[in-house]
Parts: sequence; C-alpha cells; structure tokens
Amino acid sequence: MEPSYLPTTGSMTPALRAARLLGWFSLGLGAAELIAPGRIARALGMEGRETLLRAYGAREVLAGVGALSMEPTPHIWGRVAGDAVDLATLYLVPRDADNEQQGNVRTATAVVAGIAVVDLLVAAALTQERGRTKADGSADYSDRSGFPKAPALMRGAAAGAPPPDFRNDPSRNIEHADEVRTASDVQ
Amino acid sequence: MKALVWHGKQDIRYDTVPDPEIEHGRDAIIKVTACAICGSDLHLFHNVIPAMKPGDIVGHETMGEVVEVGADNKKLKVGDRIVVPFNIFCGDCWQCKRGNYSLCEESNRNAALQEKAFGHRTGGLFGYTQLTGGYPGGQAEYLRVPFADTSHIRAPSGFTDEQLLFLSDILPTGWQAAVQCDIQPDDTVANWGCGPVGQMAIRSAILLGARQVIAIDYLPERLSMAAAAGAITINFQEESVLDRLNELTDGKGPEKCIDSVGMEAHGFNAFGTFYDRAKQMSLGESDRPNVLREMVYVCRPGGILSVDGVYGGLIDKFPMGIFMNKGLTMKTGQTHVKRWTDDLLRIIEDGLLDPSFVITHEAPLAEGPKMYRVFEKKQDNCIKVVLKP
Repeated sequence: MEPSYLPTTGSMTPALRAARLLGWFSLGLGAAELIAPGRIARALGMEGRETLLRAYGAREVLAGVGALSMEPTPHIWGRVAGDAVDLATLYLVPRDADNEQQGNVRTATAVVAGIAVVDLLVAAALTQERGRTKADGSADYSDRSGFPKAPALMRGAAAGAPPPDFRNDPSRNIEHADEVRTASDVQ
Repeated sequence: MKALVWHGKQDIRYDTVPDPEIEHGRDAIIKVTACAICGSDLHLFHNVIPAMKPGDIVGHETMGEVVEVGADNKKLKVGDRIVVPFNIFCGDCWQCKRGNYSLCEESNRNAALQEKAFGHRTGGLFGYTQLTGGYPGGQAEYLRVPFADTSHIRAPSGFTDEQLLFLSDILPTGWQAAVQCDIQPDDTVANWGCGPVGQMAIRSAILLGARQVIAIDYLPERLSMAAAAGAITINFQEESVLDRLNELTDGKGPEKCIDSVGMEAHGFNAFGTFYDRAKQMSLGESDRPNVLREMVYVCRPGGILSVDGVYGGLIDKFPMGIFMNKGLTMKTGQTHVKRWTDDLLRIIEDGLLDPSFVITHEAPLAEGPKMYRVFEKKQDNCIKVVLKP
C-alpha cells in the first residue's frame, strides 16, 4: 500500500498555480488596454471609448498584481467581478458596427465568458483551501507551560546567570589594541 | 537523498537531491533525525527575503546523528548525536572570539554579494538565501555541517529530540531577546507575537525574573499557550494594545518590549496600514513596521526594545523623534546561538524548561510541503511543526 503522504510532493496547489497564470494574463491584457486602447476600440466598434478601455486596463493590472501576491483569493474574485463588467460592456456595444466588428464582439464575448468560468472556478477553489476554518483557534493550549511548576514559582529561576563576557575570557586570545591611533597615523 | 527544496514563492517541494559530501576537514555530515519549520522559513516561503535561488534546500532547525567526519575534526565521531545551531561559524575570527557567532567573518562563502547589500559581511546560515552563503539547509535526510568541530551542540542522553531540537534556534532566539532586555525584578516585559520564538521569549523573560510579562497576538490558541506560562494576554483584534498596556503599567508603559514578529506583521491601525500597503505594492517598502512603531510609542521612556523577529529590507516612517526623545535603546541581531546554549542546556537538564511544549504538529519530512501551508495559514491550531525524515 502506498504511504498516504506520497501525493504531497509540493506546496503549490493547482488553484494557486492557476491564480498565478491568471495574474500574468491580467498583466498582459491590462498592458494591452493601457498601451493600445485605440486599436482595441476600433476592433470592437467602441471608438470614442478609449478612456474607458484604459480604465479597464488599469483594473486588469491591479488584479494581476493582486493575483500574483501571497493572498490571491480576493483578487481572483475581483477578476470575476471584472469579467461581469466586461461582458456588460460588450453587450452594450452599439449594434450599428460593421459585420467584422460584430464578429469580433461575439468572439470577445465568448472568450471573456470562458475566462469568467475559469476565474470563477479558481476563485471558488482558492476560497475552499484558504486560511483558517472555524475549528482553528479553538485549541486550548493552557496546559502547555513547559515549566515543571506553576509559572509564579518559576519567576527568576534562571536569573543571576550573567550573560557570558567573552571579551575578558583569556582562553579566547582576544588581541587588544595597545596603541592609540590618531589622524596623523593615517595617510 | 530527499529534501525540501525551494522553487519559488509559496513553492516548496519534496525533491531528490545529491547527498552532501565532506568538503573541508572540519566538516561533519549528520543523518537528520528531527528538523523543524521556523517562522523565518515562512519569509523564504513568501519570497520576501531576497536572494533565494530555485533549488535551494531550506531548513535551519536541525539535529541528528553524525555519520561522517572530516579529517581535521577531532571533536566528533561517527554516532555522536548533535544539535546544529542555525548559524555557521568558525570559532576563530574576531567576531567569534567575542561570541558574536552570527556575525562570523569567515563562514559566509557569498560574502562579496552580501557586502554589496549590507556594507559588511555577516555569518553563514543554513538554508537561508544566497546572501548568507547559500548553504543547503537541514530539512533534509542528511546535512553537511561546516565547522562542525566547533559549532555543534552535543545532545545529552536521556532527552528526546523534541526536547533538544529547539536549541538550534527558537529557544536561544527567545532567550537572547530576553537577555538583551537586561530584565530587572520590577520590569514589565511586553512581547509582540506569540509564535514559537515569542513563546520562548515569554518563558525566558519569566525565568529571568520579570515582574510581569504581557503577550500580544490575535490568535486564541497562541494566546492560550502564552497564558500557560503566566503571561497576561492582549488580543489586539479585541482590545486596544495601548490602553491595556497603560492599564497594566499604571500609565507608565512596559520597560522592555520584544518584537517577536518581524517583517510580516499583521494588524490594522487605520491610516498607517493603507499607506504601508500602498508603498509595499509599489515596492517602496519591503517590511511591515507595525510592531516597531507601536513598541516605540508604548515603551516607557528609557526602556529597551529587543528585536528577535526577522527583518529583511526597508521599513518606512520609523518614529525616530519619539525613539530618540524617549531615550530608548534598540537591540537586534540574528541569534548568536552557541553563546547561550550552555546555559540553556543546563536549564533543560535541570528541568526548568521543557521546550517541547511548543510542538503542535509532527509529520514525516515528505509531508513538509503540506505542513508549510498549514503553518503559513495557521490551520489546525498549528504553532510549531517538527518533521521527521
């Protein structure tokens, strides 16, 4: 029979790894929205909304930094909320755009919806595995003093042992300077 | 052999690595019988201390049985049972002669790198970044111990690994923090952080004769362990630390304050936290200064601040004006383990303290990666993890 601990070979859980990937994805998408909002706006028939796309880019960058932090869970939930905003924005794109733009919007909607599902699954998994549960904090360690007697009786039990003074320990052969050096000795 | 290996942020793996070999005549190689995860290992786990390299073996709280000794090592023989201090030191240099073992001038083989970062070199450490020598750590089946002839702590018979293992780090670290306080019989000692080092600092302060010891944390299980040793507890999420300390000291403040938290302090105190978070996110600040600021503010004028929690880089807005005008003294440093272990071994042998009280979890080394997460998240009431290869 395999020992029970064999599957535990690393500390990174799949959800944490996925959060890292989503973090890098966020940074990349955010950078694109910040750097080239005009191209994205043209592709999606959103001309004139470049400022909005830049704001979304900033949001993505912040989410990416958070997802790469030590506690990514709230930031992945933040991405889920961001996905909802993105989908709403795509839904509200004017329908008078040309056919190619309409196709781009449909593609973008499908991609965002897919990513939203991934974000949701990862956020749920991270929530499941994060932090303390209600049972944590319930342990009472008040019987673990480490002392053989009541603490009041241990007060000062080791006092009086002065810290070792190594400078005056002849066995250490510490060489003491026998000359005072002044500025004139230093060239 | 098998070992716990750092691969990146929050990524520790149970890997197969080459066996250690004798590299110098003063070396020894031990078969590890017990090792522990330290709070400062979590700083590496979180990648908040610079200069870890993927592939580095972690761990610096280790003991075991000598299986090989170098040709010049006349103090140890195969079969000896030893505890290994977390600092590597030669015993002969200017610093070592003065008992400043963590500042050994000969043991950091990456001293040039560290001199650029710190201005000067300090000693080598096991499993604790390339800055401190890049030495393989002790969360492994075997460990090479440089300068083993001088650095080892001989384990007396009749005591379990669990009773002696913490001589490697957390017990002398808590002890040094208390000794640095120069505790007087009428002193109040306040200790921030009731993790393993904080628990040792609390007990050390009591053994050294403090009138009252106050333990500050927010985790109920840790506060209950602190109370077990006679400390008065403050849960900073439920009450004001300042008000409670003033109440307990007639408004004077504690004479001695110990920071057993370090660079990853929790806590929320209004504007300062938002400001720090913003700076930390923009990489303008690496360490969290909550505890240091609070200690400076609450400490009785003329008092001592003793810092045994680990800091790695920069903090912002240290209240230097208050610190100076209140005439405070701050004492810091990685622990000079061997300086204290004769006294501490005597304390254990005399039955004054059994350090194994702090162990809440024991697991096979192979479960180390999982236990890092349990310890990190403070799950299952975890305070201290001991791993057995």
